[in-house]
Amino acid sequence: MSTLTLAKAINEGLRAAMEEDPKVLIMGEDVGKLGGVFRVTDGLQKDFGESRVIDTPLAESGIIGTAIGLALRGYRPVCEIQFDGFVFPAADQIITQLAKMPLRSLGKLKLPVVVRIPCGGGIGAVEHHSESPEAYFTHTGGLRVVACSNPADAYHMIRQAIRSDDPVIFFEPKRRYWEKAEVDKNATPLPFDRGQIVRPGTDVTVLAYGPMVKTCLEAAAAAAEEGRSVEVVDLRTLSPLDTDLIYESVRRTGRCVVAHEAPVYSGLGAEIAARVTEACFYSLEAPVLRVGGFSTPYPPSRLEDHYLPDLDRVLDAVDRAFAF
Amino acid sequence: MTFDASHGAEAPPELVQLLTPEGERVHHPVYDIDLTAEEVRALYRDLVLVRRVDMEAVALQRQGELGIWASLLGQEAAQIGSGRALTDADMAFPTYREHGVAWCRGVDPVNLLGLFRGVNHGGWDPAEHNFHLYTIVIGSQTLHAVGYAMGIQRDGAEAASIVYFGDGATSQGDVNEAFIWASVFNAPIVFFCQNNQWAISEPLEKQSRIPLYRRASGFGFPGVRVDGNDVFACLAVTRQALKNAREGQGPTLVEAFTYRMGAHTTSDDPTRYRVAGELEAWKLKDPIERVKAYLFKNQLADQDFFDKVDAEATDLGRDVRKRCLEMPDPHPLEMFDHVYAEPHSLLTEEREQYAAYLATFEGGVR
Repeated sequence: MSTLTLAKAINEGLRAAMEEDPKVLIMGEDVGKLGGVFRVTDGLQKDFGESRVIDTPLAESGIIGTAIGLALRGYRPVCEIQFDGFVFPAADQIITQLAKMPLRSLGKLKLPVVVRIPCGGGIGAVEHHSESPEAYFTHTGGLRVVACSNPADAYHMIRQAIRSDDPVIFFEPKRRYWEKAEVDKNATPLPFDRGQIVRPGTDVTVLAYGPMVKTCLEAAAAAAEEGRSVEVVDLRTLSPLDTDLIYESVRRTGRCVVAHEAPVYSGLGAEIAARVTEACFYSLEAPVLRVGGFSTPYPPSRLEDHYLPDLDRVLDAVDRAFAF
Repeated sequence: MTFDASHGAEAPPELVQLLTPEGERVHHPVYDIDLTAEEVRALYRDLVLVRRVDMEAVALQRQGELGIWASLLGQEAAQIGSGRALTDADMAFPTYREHGVAWCRGVDPVNLLGLFRGVNHGGWDPAEHNFHLYTIVIGSQTLHAVGYAMGIQRDGAEAASIVYFGDGATSQGDVNEAFIWASVFNAPIVFFCQNNQWAISEPLEKQSRIPLYRRASGFGFPGVRVDGNDVFACLAVTRQALKNAREGQGPTLVEAFTYRMGAHTTSDDPTRYRVAGELEAWKLKDPIERVKAYLFKNQLADQDFFDKVDAEATDLGRDVRKRCLEMPDPHPLEMFDHVYAEPHSLLTEEREQYAAYLATFEGGVR
């Protein structure tokens, strides 16, 4: 057992994967000597060399496109996109090629490529450095999309992502990079396509992932002081969703709130609300409510506290769920 | 605007040519080649057979058996010349028009039709033929080819990758990124651009103000322009470029200067955007006729040989047609297969729901 930051946990997960399989490569901008702008790949080039930890030219489409070619040759590339807002130049390669090539080949080709994306806001960054693009990718068949929220999951999930024969979009909550927790590297991790109840409760289910899990746990603690028992579920996997876990929880509590940083409109919460409504209609005491970002571009950082759902906005949604 | 990559019959001065349109053998100080009579006859046979497959596919489309077809008419020499330069260990990344290269890689021509008939997205095993699946998004495959070449480099293998793309693709960001990657990593790759003068209706002038092969120098590797209707020159230049790549000398851009005699695909109408005179000028440079003339003039083949090749082509066309019509529609539930390598609960659920829905119809199929 060791205490690690989330960034260090991913770093050690990458290291373990590289030691385990010589075909694992790291590639991206500044991932080598600098160790990445968030230092997630710190020290890996020193220990594994420049041919396994590849500082690439500054072109995101090229990172994913060449990773596809390396995967076709039998390698398992782990690509770093430096910030969420920079994934869009690579979106074509991810959506039209990475996601579809296994199907195109009728299963003869596998593309075990991981695309790591530091995501979300809350670090006071400039434009394009704080976005939550997950819905673009969950909307694309052929991709697996996951989001870690804590160091222990981060360590195990990155290893699972690399071992997966499917392409994986791996979201890392950048404002949680520096938060520490105990990581048991020898623990048996949850399966890659499972969510987890991170705080049991009986009155309402709050569904969250990535950076919002901590916020929702804080909201649940505050609600407990007012006598409300809030169950918090960390979705962990966004495609596929662990719907069994979600439905089981909502049927038990009768209320459901989905929280994410991404805009509410056409966001993942809309998909979850529709599914929960269909599957749990007779168990629901209130409509499924959503809390998240607005349909604006991510605002200037002096306004991000208004944009990002905080503890109070989650609690407000919980209150509304009880008002029906 | 003056522009030396014009559409006319005049070949620009930098063009590597080993066989004139009249079938005269010419020599080049750098790119020359020794071919036996048997090798030349084999190239001729390839050219004739792929043209026949292409003609049959166009006919099948006109008869409603294919949704669309991208004809290679006019580009046979570029594809057979470069395709025959490859060794088994080399890997080719095509667009959707490389039927001649597919032929050289041993892909059954009928398998090319599945994509165009709409029964699959690619009906061959890329690893079995070292011929990747057709890529429709323009230029995407150039990056895959570079990545693959980087893999070859890491493996220390005696091989190279070759990627095919057209003149229009050179405007794409991915192609330019591929040039950069290949250059800075010194990847063992040949960029094979078939400049067929037209990107659907847009002429080369809409893509570039300089001849395309000169782009390479800006990225730090050599570019060569070859007569794309000359199978000898295409073979010689590609063979040398692949050899250089395998020997660690990095990438080469080969611009095969050719002409798309037909439409971009069977869906467009080239008479709306180009003049008949241009087509007539290029007809005089036909890739097959010049090899035929060379064989005749040098008495390397007799009428019996040409008759046999024609008969073989007729049989091939007939066979392709027959097997195309026999290609069954896939079962509806097959669309859920192969999306993921490992089970994905959402897809499992959707498949079960659709199967249950289909089961409400007689015979289980709507």
